[in-house]
Formats: sequence, C-alpha cells, structure tokens
Amino acid sequence: MTVATDSVRNALEQSPEKVVSHLHPEGSFEIADHVVPTGREEVWRFTPLKRLRGIHQDAPLDGHSFTVEVHAADGVTAEAVGVDHESRGTSGIVPPDRVSARAWAAADSVFLVDVPKEHVGEEATTVTLTGTGNDVASAGHLVIRAGAFAKATVVIRFQGTATLAENVEIVVGDGAELTVVSLQDWDDDAVHHSTQHARIGRDATLRHVAVSFGGDVVRHDATAEYAGPGGSVEMLGMYFADEGQHIEHRLFVDHNQPHTRSNVNYKGALQGQGAHAVWIGNVLIRKEAEGIETYEENRNLVLTDGCQADSVPNLEIETGEIEGAGHASATGRFDDNQLFYLRSRGIEESEARRLVVHGFFNDLIRKIGVPELEEQLVGTVEAELEKNVHRITGATAPVEVP
Amino acid sequence: MATLEIKDLHVSVDTEDGPKEILKGVDLTIKDGETHAIMGPNGSGKSTLAYSIAGHPKYTVTQGSVTLDGVDVLAMSVDERARAGLFLAMQYPVEVPGVSVANFLRTAKTAIDGEAPKLRTWVKDVNTAMEQVKMDPAMSQRSVNEGFSGGEKKRHEIVQLELLDPKVAVLDETDSGLDIDALKIVSDGVNRFKEDGDKGVLLITHYTRILRYITPDFVHVFVDGRMVEEGGPELAEQLEAEGYDKYVKSAV
Ligand SMILES: Nc1ncnc2c1ncn2[C@@H]1O[C@H](COP(=O)(O)OP(=O)(O)OP(=O)(O)O)[C@@H](O)[C@H]1O
Ligand SMILES: [Mg+2]
Repeated sequence: MTVATDSVRNALEQSPEKVVSHLHPEGSFEIADHVVPTGREEVWRFTPLKRLRGIHQDAPLDGHSFTVEVHAADGVTAEAVGVDHESRGTSGIVPPDRVSARAWAAADSVFLVDVPKEHVGEEATTVTLTGTGNDVASAGHLVIRAGAFAKATVVIRFQGTATLAENVEIVVGDGAELTVVSLQDWDDDAVHHSTQHARIGRDATLRHVAVSFGGDVVRHDATAEYAGPGGSVEMLGMYFADEGQHIEHRLFVDHNQPHTRSNVNYKGALQGQGAHAVWIGNVLIRKEAEGIETYEENRNLVLTDGCQADSVPNLEIETGEIEGAGHASATGRFDDNQLFYLRSRGIEESEARRLVVHGFFNDLIRKIGVPELEEQLVGTVEAELEKNVHRITGATAPVEVP
Repeated sequence: MATLEIKDLHVSVDTEDGPKEILKGVDLTIKDGETHAIMGPNGSGKSTLAYSIAGHPKYTVTQGSVTLDGVDVLAMSVDERARAGLFLAMQYPVEVPGVSVANFLRTAKTAIDGEAPKLRTWVKDVNTAMEQVKMDPAMSQRSVNEGFSGGEKKRHEIVQLELLDPKVAVLDETDSGLDIDALKIVSDGVNRFKEDGDKGVLLITHYTRILRYITPDFVHVFVDGRMVEEGGPELAEQLEAEGYDKYVKSAV
C-alpha cells in the first residue's frame, strides 16, 4: 500500500525528532491516502457521518453558495487571491483527514487576510461569510497572516446556511500578537467542517477563539504548532449545543519547540433532546520541547435531560523537562447549592438559572478580550437561554440532592 | 409585625439506607422583636432546622408546620419564603462563579422589593453596608463568595441581611470561624438589624461567645433533633460552664 510506505518515507525524511504522534495520524495532500471514514476511526467516532452530506465521501465541493463581506481595519488587506498564491501552505498544514484533503483540492481561490509586519491596530478586521444554500457543498481556503511584531484582531463570522468544508491557515510572525475569532452563528441546518492549522513564530502570541452556537453539524479541528521557541497560544472556546445539534471541537497543540506555552479553555452549555458536544484536547510535548508550560480545560454545563457531552483531554509527554502540564475536564448539571443560595435571596428559579449560566460563561467572554464581541456574546447567551427557558425550568423541577 | 411559629417539626434526609429522621419534633415560636439562641452539639440538627425553614430541597418535612404570621411557609418555594420575609445567613455560604456581588445584590433586592432599587441611593446603600462590616466596597466587583475568606463570607451574609431587611433572620453559626474583631463587627450588624424592634432573630451557635455581643431573650438547648431545655440568657452561662454533657446523656 502506497499509503503506508509514503508516510513511513515522510517520517524518515523529516528530522529524526519528528516522530509520529499517536494522537494525530499523519496527514496527506492526496485524497486517495485518506480512505472514506466509517465512523469507527478514533478521529471520527463521535461525528454523525450521515449528516455530513457526503463531504467525507465524494460529494462535489464545487458550490459557491456564499457571499463574503469584508471590513478590513486600516492597513490590513483582506481579499481573494489565486490558489497558487505564495501564502498558501505556509502554516505547514497537511490535510489530516479526507474532508480537509478534498477541500484543499477543490478550493479555487484563497481568501487572504494579511497584516503587514509591525502593523499595530486596535480595530478588528471582520470577514462575514453568509451561506446562501446547503444543497451543494462548497470548499473554502482561508489564510490569516500576521507579519513580525504585528498586532491585530481578525473575526471570521459564519451565518446563513451552507455545507462548507474549509481549511484555515494561521501564520503568526515572530513577536507578533494575533487574535483570531471564528464565530459560528449559522442557521440550524448548516454543516461546517473546518480544519485549522496555526504556526506560531518565535516569541509570538496567538489567541485562537472558537464560538459555536448555530449549525446542524459543526466540526472544527484546530492544530497549533510553533516555528520557534518562546511562542504562546491561548485557545478559547464557547459553545451552546441545542436540540439535535452536533458541535465538535478537536484541538491539538503540538509543543515542538522549547519554552513554548499553551492554554486551552473551552466551555459549553447543552440543552434539548439530542444536543451533542464533543471536545477533544490533545497536547503533545515532544522531546525537544523543554521548559514548556501547558494547561487545558473543558467544562460542560448540562441544562436539560437528553444531552450528551463527550470531553477527552489527552496529554502525551516525551520529555521530563517541563515547567508545568495539566488538564481538567468536568461535565455537570446545575449546582443545586448555587441555585438554593440565589433563591434563598428571593431570586426566582428561572432567574437564578440565568445568573448561573451567565456566570459560567462570563470569565471566558472577558478573556476573549475583543470589546466589540463581548456585549454580543452575552446577548447570544441570553438569546439561547430564552429559547429554552421552558424546557430548562421544566426538566429539573423537583431538585433532589443525593 | 412578624411571628414565626414552628410546631412539631419532623424532618428527614435521604440516605443510602432510606430516609433518616434528623428533626424529631421541634416547637419554637419567635415573636416580634425577640431573639432566640439555639445551642447544641455538632450534628444535633441545628443546620437542618435552618435549612428546613428556608426550604432546601435536600430536606423532607414529614410532619408538623411552619408559619409566618399565620401563613404556611412549607407550601412556599425557596424564593417565595425569602420574599415573604425570611432570611437565612448560611453556615457555609455558596460560591457562584462569574456572578458579581453587585449584580447579585441588585437582583436579590429587586426580587424582594418587586421593583428595582433607585440607582443613586442603591450604590450608596451597598457601599455603606459593606463599609459597616469593614468589607472593601471594591469586593462588589468580585464573584459571589469566590475566593472570599471564611470571615469575608460571613460578613457578606450580614451585608445581605442589612440590604434585604427581612422580617425574620435565621443565622446559622454566623460566629464560627471569626476572630474577635470580626465577631464584634458581625454582632454590630445583627444588632443594627434588631434596632427596628419588630424583627425576629434565630441565632444558631455552638459557642456562647457571640451571646456576649448579641443578647438573646431566650436560649434553647438543642440535642438530637429536639429542644431539651429553654431558659433566659443565664442558661448560656450555665452551658458555658458545664457543656452539653448532661443533656446528651439524658437524650440517649
Ligand atoms: N445525607 C445525609 N445522610 C446521613 N446523615 C445526614 C445526611 N445529611 C445530614 N445528616 C446528619 O444529620 C445530622 C444533623 O446535621 P446538621 O448539619 O443539621 O447538624 P448541626 O447541628 O448543624 O451540626 P454542626 O454543629 O456541625 O453544624 C448529622 O448527624 C448529619 O450527619
Ligand atoms: Mg450546622
């Protein structure tokens, strides 16, 4: 089989330290190297393949069922360029799965957000992609690049409906500070598969934020690796899985350089029958990655019966010389003592639940650090709670403490 | 005007081996302006009594009644009881991450009064209440009880007592874990609350120390789920000297 020999050869050609991690299968640009997933594979076992509309098989990805609206901050360019543009591939992305490889092959343009080196701006660049239909799937390729010592914020917002398979590359130059927010505000029937690869320069900082509220199936697979020592990545995420929704965030931080840092913090709420949230937090600390620090955390708040939250942190450590490494994962219902405390001060049950849910997300929203978004995210949480206020109060009416 | 009347109250909790009775027939009437102290050994059921009055879902009332000015308290939800004028200062105040003290206090005040407090006077009232118990008003921006020291949590309970101004306050070991200065501060807060003259106070404590600062009208000895003796402040002195031994023995 060419698949096996290829990957063995690739592994041998690369530096001897670049061992294949069992956390992440070796990628390939060749579609043929990725067999059609059956759902039994480790990386697919949580995903409802039947609802992917064939993008993991052979469904054409030639739809262009979306419009793009751009608000570029002063000094930042955001425009479509050709697939042969030099920026493409500079993050080091190698499609890790079939959907990504197919999207790579099908993309006929690249959307490039380019922040020149040493450009410092407070204002966010916003790209809004509005899906205009989901019967034909579309492919997308996005590159977000910040030059050395630049400082910028880029918000990508998805709305409307679509069946979208995309690759996203994030390249952070040495000493740059970049915030990238991917906001999934889809209609209920969108399918969104996104493969993201970030390369973080020497002493650079990336704040990567995923906010997923809408969509039927949203599956994001984000990898961060380092191009030099001293880099830092913060991966923040919040999601709200409603009735029937599948929201999956797969994260992989590859500590391939010494003295790098990573901090992963995802929080989600689930409500309604069949709401399913998946969080996979993989961290690999390679032999050469001495003196690194990593922490990852996922918390789920289950608001009603009938939801499922899968939360799997994995830490693979190949060196003992680290500053610190830890992870935490917790899934729970409302804390009855919190509700009792609030209610004992006269606050009605529904209001007490609202306070607790807002409280759950508040510190994370503040950490995102994009003022334009803060108020909006608080509002979105509010709107999500509104939707289900009856179900929430109904489902747990007789509160029993064991 | 407020009378809290507890009659023959039996309360049990669910355990792995089925329900376990903790309160075994409690009778207590707290009239206008009266302060009752309940003293008893660890595990005798003092907190159970406090939580049962407030309506904690962990406790099941199997017999008896609780009324406030003749109105059935047991039929009310937890928040209805608070709006009817009951307040419980908890032995272990709960942390609520992400909800600021300021937001919490305003939401509670709005719920109790049925309308939002006037913004200008409210901010002043909150600051005053916090300063009176020597809490830095900057703490109102922190999450409710999160990372508060034991003493700060207790003082925060007293801030709520002052701002929410209930008819009857149940204070469950508000004195425990306080150093002498904090104990005086907290006692002053309770005494300010009592000043109006028409407030009822149920002071649950393990130690007589707090009774030097808050003078009770009645002292009850509570052992194994019931009142075993009642007296005036002098009973506290006697307990201080002799302990609970003679009651614990006779209860067995
Ligand atoms: N879930 C439970 N299962 C079994 N026993 C319980 C349970 N909950 C409470 N109890 C018991 O009920 C009794 C009364 O507890 P409570 O907290 O009311 O006592 P207390 O008088 O407030 O004690 P302390 O002075 O320590 O605060 C204790 O013996 C306790 O162990
Ligand atoms: Mg107690």
